[in-house]
Amino acid sequence: MAENIKVAENTVPMLEVKSLSIQFGGLHAVDGLNMKIRKGQLYGLIGPNGAGKTTVFNMLTGVYKPTSGVIMLDGENITGKPAIVINRAGIARTFQNIRLFKNMSVLDNVKAGLHNHTKYTAIEGVLRLPRYFKEEKRTTEKAMELLKVFELDGEAEHLAANLPYGKQRKLEIARALATDPKLLLLDEPAAGMNPNETAELMQTIHFVRDSFDMTILLIEHDMKLVSGICEELTVLNFGQELAQGETSAVLNDPKVITAYLGE
Amino acid sequence: MRKATKNNLVTCGITLGFFVIFGILSMTGVLGSQLSGLLIPIGIYIILAISLNLTVGVLGELSLGHAGFMCVGAYVGGIFSIITQDTINPSWLRMILALVIGGLAAAIFGLLIGIPVLRLRGDYLAIVTLGFGEIVKAIANNIYIAMDKNGLHFSFAASITDIDAATKTDVTAGPLGMKAPQDTNLILVVVVLMICLVALMTFIDSRTGRACMAIRDNYIAAQSVGINVTKYRLIAFVVSAAIAGVAGVLYSHSITSLVSKKFDYNLSILILVFVVLGGLGSLRGSVIATIILYALPEIFRELGDYRMLIYAIVLILMMIFNNAPSFIMLRERIGASAPVQKIKSIFVRKKNTAGGAE
Amino acid sequence: MMSFVSYLVNGISLGSIYALIALGYTMVYGIAKMLNFAHGDIIMVGGFTVFTAMSTAWCPVWLSVVIGIVVCTVLGVVIEKVAYKPLRSAPPLAVLITAIGVSYLLQNLALLIFGSAAQNFTSIVAGMPPFLTVLDGQAPLFFATAPSGSKAILTISMETFLSIVVSLVIMIALTLFINKTKAGKAMLAVAEDKGAAQLMGINVNGTISLTFAIGSALAAAASVLMCSSYPQISPYTGSMPGIKAFVAAVFGGIGSIPGAMIGGVLLGVIEQLSKAYISSQLSDAIVFLVLIIVLVVRPTGILGKKINEKV
Repeated sequence: MAENIKVAENTVPMLEVKSLSIQFGGLHAVDGLNMKIRKGQLYGLIGPNGAGKTTVFNMLTGVYKPTSGVIMLDGENITGKPAIVINRAGIARTFQNIRLFKNMSVLDNVKAGLHNHTKYTAIEGVLRLPRYFKEEKRTTEKAMELLKVFELDGEAEHLAANLPYGKQRKLEIARALATDPKLLLLDEPAAGMNPNETAELMQTIHFVRDSFDMTILLIEHDMKLVSGICEELTVLNFGQELAQGETSAVLNDPKVITAYLGE
Repeated sequence: MRKATKNNLVTCGITLGFFVIFGILSMTGVLGSQLSGLLIPIGIYIILAISLNLTVGVLGELSLGHAGFMCVGAYVGGIFSIITQDTINPSWLRMILALVIGGLAAAIFGLLIGIPVLRLRGDYLAIVTLGFGEIVKAIANNIYIAMDKNGLHFSFAASITDIDAATKTDVTAGPLGMKAPQDTNLILVVVVLMICLVALMTFIDSRTGRACMAIRDNYIAAQSVGINVTKYRLIAFVVSAAIAGVAGVLYSHSITSLVSKKFDYNLSILILVFVVLGGLGSLRGSVIATIILYALPEIFRELGDYRMLIYAIVLILMMIFNNAPSFIMLRERIGASAPVQKIKSIFVRKKNTAGGAE
Repeated sequence: MMSFVSYLVNGISLGSIYALIALGYTMVYGIAKMLNFAHGDIIMVGGFTVFTAMSTAWCPVWLSVVIGIVVCTVLGVVIEKVAYKPLRSAPPLAVLITAIGVSYLLQNLALLIFGSAAQNFTSIVAGMPPFLTVLDGQAPLFFATAPSGSKAILTISMETFLSIVVSLVIMIALTLFINKTKAGKAMLAVAEDKGAAQLMGINVNGTISLTFAIGSALAAAASVLMCSSYPQISPYTGSMPGIKAFVAAVFGGIGSIPGAMIGGVLLGVIEQLSKAYISSQLSDAIVFLVLIIVLVVRPTGILGKKINEKV
């Protein structure tokens, strides 16, 4: 792994955030955040409740427009672009409070994720022209492949709303991966999971990184998961960067311990 | 065969079967003339219900102005037919052109109203679409068009005076409305209905329909996977408007005298009731609910003034039985299914499996 | 000039009535998060009750009005308990359709009892002189009939005056009630967060009932004023004013009480002025057009709060 990191250091970072800030009214929700994530890295964004972690995700994915600062994705400036443009540029995400397409089947959730990779027009779809059949077949196969990775292929025809909680989280990751991103953002993927499920999730995240060649940024509260899989961390507190660096060093930083446990 | 395809075929079979059976009964005289007369309006209302289902059930936006799009189609198609009555023959060709033009006009209105208002959501969108319907109705009520040897005369909010009385033909006369040629017949209605039904099915069971349903279920997540929310909301809204316009053309060519008063919000609400009771997103439900709910008050005509009262009570009770938590629990305990679901379960597949439209 | 003043005053008068109805809409929306489509038909029921009471010989006008208000209040509470309460956690569309069903029910009941023809409603201030008469070149006359043969350049009827005054009094009283009393504050709390209000010991069901009661009572008051100003009543009397009051509520920002008042008055003025200066047939269309423009510019109405969905 150490070799991987060295090779990546010479190239453009996958994500570079420079003095990113956002204000709501007078409140500085995020203030001057800097962050650099290399290609193929598993990076953690942690911090106490209300530190502004999800707000960072919302700026990275275009839900909020930053007040100031720059976001570079693989050398491309995506600051303040709309959500769909950012997704096409290569960022996909999951949500803290799961946001599936609940009344659609598990398969259709992933196929909706493949929307921009399904190449036929509305007219071709309505008239059932040859390209519809060709593309639908390809999309379905691709979606089933993704479902298989997350062991959801057996439930492909079920309604997404009827999946158990852990599988819903997995489906959200599968749907995000369907958009073929360069960078995957996971917002508290282990929230609400028991230790067994969390351990399984850690394996899945590793697997996704390795087999999809993915860069992953995740928000997490579960310290076991963070210390188990994240290579580097940024700690946010009150919207500001408290510490940054290699996981073990950051987690032993007295400032960080104070922020989490109090004085 | 895929499940969605199979379901769609069953829905088509039910719809076509209904019209074939009752069409034959009507031709052989088994069905009284009063009930035979219901077949064309039922067909038209089914088209309206399935098109509204696209907006409300598939896209998930409440529209209370569907009658407005129907009105646009009815008037534009009707005006076209009256003007070209002597120039375009045979009549079936003129009717096809009227259907296309009426549908296009409604689509243009859908686009014009959709672009500014589709960024509103929920109740705000509902009231704006209601307002749109009332505006269209008021405008249609104030248009005066007449023809004479010198050509067309057009006037707004005042009857036409400078016209050669000897060669005058009224096209539309404000509140008095218009008399379009009677070019609608049952076969045409069924053909148009089947085309609309199949088109909606293929629309819903495609990349475009998936995008609309994704937006309905969670528009923030839909954006996050790169679906252009504005674009697909507009597409669905315009398609829904265009089909309502086509239904309007059929309607204006099926009644002897068309008046704009017909297209008020009560009509929009009536169609919405068909859609909601049939099941949101279920085309088959819309078809069945429209047939039952449209025919019932007519069949029970001998109940006279009480039939609408009963209709209202049935509507309230059905909503409470189907949706109230206490009744849902009670039903589960005694193992009964909801009245509507009971009807539906004969035709509609089980709830826990999913797919596009039926 | 004088005709403009007359149109304006009539507009404010009509608008005050809309505001009273809109208050019912907006309060119910705020607290139960539902569009009470049957609210317009409560107006109709109020009108018919007062009409029936007044046509019996022994019943004085004031008692008729009181009976009308009581009947509407009870009806509003009963409708809530029977039709809406079981559906409190149901999807919004199911509740909307139920409200439409209630609206059909009330209309058809009235149709059965009173028939579809419009009946003449006797104004509750019938026989009184106009509130204000301005004769050309003379001092204005208050509460007096102009001498016969003279030509008035401006007349403001007693009904117009009454509508404005009564609405104003009710609105002030309602604002005081909501902001100063315990029950009023409970309504605000339930509107904000039902669960939290319950945890604070507020009787949520009682508060919702109270809201429906007040809304229906306001509708009854509005019905008396409206039927006096436009002296006719039929089973469909309530539906268009109901829709317009709904528009007024959205116009001002649905859920906002001052918004409903402003929205109602503005709507009445726009309607009367466009009737007078543009076209009487198109006045409704103009009202809706203004609504659409306002909402496109300000998507939550004039005083509505912008709510961002938390991601």
